[in-house]
Parts: sequence; C-alpha cells; structure tokens
Amino acid sequence: MKRSKMMELGVGLFMLAGILGLVFLGLRVSGLTLTAPSDTFRLEANFANIGSLKPRARVTLAGVTVGRVAAIELDTDWYDARVIFELDAELEDRLSRDTTAAILTAGLLGEQYVGLSVGGDPETLADGDTIRDTQSAVVLEELIQQFVSNLISD
Amino acid sequence: MFDNFLEGHEPMSDTPFVVVEGLHFSRGEKEIFRGVDLQIHRGKITAIMGPSGTGKTTLLKLIGGQLYPDAGRVCIDGEDVHRQSRKALFAMRRRMGMLFQSGALFSDLSVYENVAFPLRVHTDLPESMVRDLVLMKLEAVGLRGARELMPSELSGGMARRVALARAIALDPELILYDEPFVGQDPISMGVLVQLTKRLNEALGLTSVMVSHDIKETLTIADYVYVIADGRVMAHGTPAGLDVDQDPRVSQFVHGEPDGPVPFHYPAVDFFTDILDAGGRR
Amino acid sequence: MIRHITHLGRRGCELLEALGRAGIFLFLSAVGVPSREGWYLWLRQMHFVGVLSLAIVLVSGLFIGMVLALQGYTILVDFGAEQALGQMVALSLLRELAPVVAALLFAGRAGSALTAEIGLMKATEQLTSMEMIGVDPLRRVVAPRLWAGVVALPLLTIGFSVVGVYGGYLVGVEWLGVFEGSYWGNMQASVEFIADIGNGMVKSLVFALVVTWIAVFQGYDLVPTAEGISRATTRTVVYSSLAVLGLDFVLTAVMFGGLS
Repeated sequence: MKRSKMMELGVGLFMLAGILGLVFLGLRVSGLTLTAPSDTFRLEANFANIGSLKPRARVTLAGVTVGRVAAIELDTDWYDARVIFELDAELEDRLSRDTTAAILTAGLLGEQYVGLSVGGDPETLADGDTIRDTQSAVVLEELIQQFVSNLISD
Repeated sequence: MFDNFLEGHEPMSDTPFVVVEGLHFSRGEKEIFRGVDLQIHRGKITAIMGPSGTGKTTLLKLIGGQLYPDAGRVCIDGEDVHRQSRKALFAMRRRMGMLFQSGALFSDLSVYENVAFPLRVHTDLPESMVRDLVLMKLEAVGLRGARELMPSELSGGMARRVALARAIALDPELILYDEPFVGQDPISMGVLVQLTKRLNEALGLTSVMVSHDIKETLTIADYVYVIADGRVMAHGTPAGLDVDQDPRVSQFVHGEPDGPVPFHYPAVDFFTDILDAGGRR
Repeated sequence: MIRHITHLGRRGCELLEALGRAGIFLFLSAVGVPSREGWYLWLRQMHFVGVLSLAIVLVSGLFIGMVLALQGYTILVDFGAEQALGQMVALSLLRELAPVVAALLFAGRAGSALTAEIGLMKATEQLTSMEMIGVDPLRRVVAPRLWAGVVALPLLTIGFSVVGVYGGYLVGVEWLGVFEGSYWGNMQASVEFIADIGNGMVKSLVFALVVTWIAVFQGYDLVPTAEGISRATTRTVVYSSLAVLGLDFVLTAVMFGGLS
C-alpha cells in the first residue's frame, strides 16, 4: 500500500510538472501574458509595395513593439496594398496625424515589420483612421536592378 | 483409494451439460477437427485424451468460446457458445473455470490477489468477505500460507494449485483442465490428482480434462474420449477402454511406442534417403 | 513471375487484414468508460510509461538544446544574427525536435517494454485466462496502457522542450555570451503560443496515440513464443519510429507548410 502511495505521488508530480512546463512555455518562451488580450484600436495605411510583409508581423514605434499587422488586402481603387494595424489602446488619440509608417527589415535577411515614427502635427489619429505618409518595402532585386541600369547608363 | 469411485459406471441418462456436435476446425491449411461429437455429463470428470498435437487444447478453447469453429456447434447447458454476444459470452464464462497448462497466474499480482481477482471483478462483496472466500479456496488447495508470495516465487505445482483455487473462486459449474498433470514431479502430480477428484466431488463440478497422462487420468476420469486424426476414435469408461480391441486405442492406452500411430514422422524410405545424401541440392 | 505477383497480392491482403485487426483492436480498447479500478490501473501505467521515462527524456532534451545552441551560434554568428539564437532554439524544439525525439525515445523506452509485457502475458496465457474469468483483456490490460501512453508522451514532450530551452540558454547565454535579454526577447517575439506550442502538442498527441497503439497491438497480436516476443519488440521500435517520422512530415506540411 505504501508503495502504491509513492507511485500515486510520483504520477501526480509528473503530471503537475507537465502542466507547469506548459505554463512555462506559454509565459517564458512564447511571451504570452496572463492578462486578457489587451484593448486595441485599428489604423490603416496604404503601401505601394509591401514586399514580404505578413499578417501578424510586428508594428514598432521607436523600436518598441506596439502592435501587429491584423490584415493585408488589395485596395482595388488604387491597386496598392492596404494594411490594417492593431495597436495598443493606450496609443489611441496620441499618434500625430502626420505619423509615417515604413516597412523595414530586421537585419539583412530578417523578417519584415512595420516601423512607425511620429511627426509634429497636433491633431491625432483615432480608431479607423488612415496613415497617409507611408514608405514601401525595399525590394532588394529592384534596388540591384536600379543600380545596374545606372551603371550602364553612366 | 479411488476404487469405490470407479463404480459409477451406470449409463448416463440425464441431459448432457456440454454438447459438442459435428465440430470442424482448421488452422490455416491444417485441419484439426473433422467432425467431433462429445457429450459431457453433469458432475462427472470427462477426460479427452489423445496423442500430442491432436488439438486437445484447441478443443478446450472452442468450448470456452475463445475460438470459432468452421462448422458444428458447442452448447453449454443448452446455449450455443458461439452464437452469443460478447457480453453474453463473458457472462457465460463466469460459470466456467479454466485451468491452464502453465497456470497463467497474473504475474503482477500476489497469490492472494490472484485468487481474489475473479471475486473483485464479478462481485461487490466487502473486503472481509473476499478475504474469507480467498482463504477458503487457498485452504482447499493447501496454500493458505503462501498467500503473500508472488507467482514468480512458486514452483510449477504450487502455481497450478493456486490457479486451481482461482478457477474455483466463483464456484463455477464447469471446469476445464488443460494438461493438469504435465511436467509435475510424482508428489505434486499425486497432490493434483487427488485435489481434482476431491474438488469435483465436494463442489459437484462438471470437469473436462485434456490430458495425455494415461495412468493418472484413467484413475480419476468417469468417461474418456480418445481423439486422433481430428475425430473421436473411441469413447467409453476407463475400464471399457482398457480392453478396447481397436489397435490404435490399445496402443495409446497402453503406451506402446510403435503401432498404428507411427513412431516415425512421415518420411521417404530410410535407405533411399541415405543413398540420396550425396545428391543434395 | 506469376508466383511473385501472387506473393505480392497475398502480402497485400495480409497487410490490409492486419490493419483492419489493429483498427478494431484500437476501437475496442479505447472506447468505454473506465471503472474506478480502471483509473487505478491507468495510474500504474502512467507511472510505468511516464514517470520512469522522464529521466531519459529530460537528459536527452538538455543535450539536444545545448547542441542546438552550439550549432546555431556558429552559423548565426556569421550573419551577425546571434541574437536570434533563442528564437532558433525554441522554434526548432517546439515545432520539430521535442515531439519527434521524445516520441522516438518513448518508443524505445516505453513502447518496447509495453510490447514485451503484453506479449509475455499472452505467452503465459494470462490474457486467455483473463478472458476465461470473464474479464476483457482489451479493457483491463490494453486500455490503461493505451491511455497512459497518450497522456504521458505530450507531458514528456513539454518537459523535453522546457529542458531543451534551458540547455540552449546555458550554452548560448552562459557560455557563448549571447545577451540574455535578446535570447529570451527574440524567443518571445517569434514564438506563437497556438501556432508553435499548440501545433507541437498536437503533433505529440498524434505520435503518442500511434506509438502506443503500435506497441500494444504488437504485444497483443504477436506469436506467443520467446522468438515472437523479441521480434514483436523490434517491430514496435521500427514501426513506431517510421510512423513518427513519416507522420511528422505530413503534419508539418499541414501545419507549417501552408497546405491549409
């Protein structure tokens, strides 16, 4: 009987350790926070070319992650890409109207993400507004092509 | 000591408890039974004998409903074993006990727990009652003192006695013995023979015993079937078989090494075989 | 020629038959409500296949995490991207290595033991005698082992991942000097709970079912002799390893390969 108690204890500890491990993975490895998904607001921006930007990519402000790309769709009026961002609610009505959005690359080969930089306009962006001033992704091939054709025309 | 017992040769008139009719069974290409008919009567020890490899264990498994025949049927107390749902079959098996050649004790349970196993599974008896019953059954086989041992610590004969205690734990009506005496030293053999007979008398069991230990089996059996070549070759009381004129029966009953059942495995002529050795392909 | 084709056909039929048997076997043992005693039997098997496999799984996880960090560092440092080490270690562990390697270790440690144990019970007629007592061995012997395996392997996989991530931390941060903040930070920025950890767990659950199923079926279906047991044990390890690696490809294609 004593042996079976030890066994029960062992199995109990084993299962507890498994659950704790999962919690560890959630919190420490995937950076899940225990707070419910925080409030967000949405902004839109049109880009001429988004490169390889993907939904769920990071949106940063001064290098700090402040939100994610919620959706990417084709704007059929202008034939460019409309990107919808989900940003932390605390930034609502705080970003100036002339904030710019640029698609940047983390390192030479890294993922593409969106970088915001704030301007000086006293008016601010509210939920559903559009960022006017955008800078498309740098496509390496185009850059090289440009460089080569400049070289030839010189 | 069994003399008075052997008087029971009166014709068996009551309806048989187990009836096997026209049983056909084959394993792969090999035909094991080609129409076996048996009648096993209540309260008797019926022995099924035959040379090794004639499928005697298979016959027990067919009776227990673990194998399905190709044709024919097995009825226990009027119910066809092979026409039952899985649930009904398991219910039916509660009324049977089976003693396996190796004992087949559950190796992860102690002797006590092994005997208690059928009780715990099929009844809701309180622990004190289970204990009383288990000790009673163990006492019957003389192993009450060994109840804390694990099966690996038992000798072959003891394991078989524990298995016997387990087989009778639920007071079955029918008990099937698979080679109960094989490979036992003379003392354990004697103990087992005596136990089998005593339990049969005391509990009013119907016993079916598969064996090729002629001497021991004939001393305790009430009725004997001899099976060979997939058929019942002879049947009768032990005394009747002893004087049977059929050469094959007499060879088996008297244990003669050669006769109609050949000593040699079928082969080409010895002389030809020897001469052929040089031309092996 | 005809003979070979006939042979092939017969083997095909046998294979199909075995698969059918295995399917019915899985259904009969997995379906049903466990009794109170069933829970206890399950607990015992959890101890056997789970707790006793913990040591080998954790030690392997530690070493694999350490090796990943070492190898990853030497490659990433060429691109000046050694801050991405945490992300690389965590993603390779969570998506691939933890489910697969834990399943392979589990097949070797617990699967083969399950096969041998059930096989021995079959060879010593314990299963038959259980049936004769009126207890279904599928429910009493096979079901607790099957469910213990299905629960234990995902837990072991979690343990493997956690220890592996720490192994990577030890080598990457403590030894090779990657900045600690970027090790954890890049990891947290790139690992998705559902997409990475969740999918890894789904993989592990599938592997657990397949490996345990193969192990108990091989034990139940073997030829009850000493040779039969040793062959079945080998088959368990070979078949489960192949099944795990093959299924891993399929699952990866579905989960991460954009095949949705």
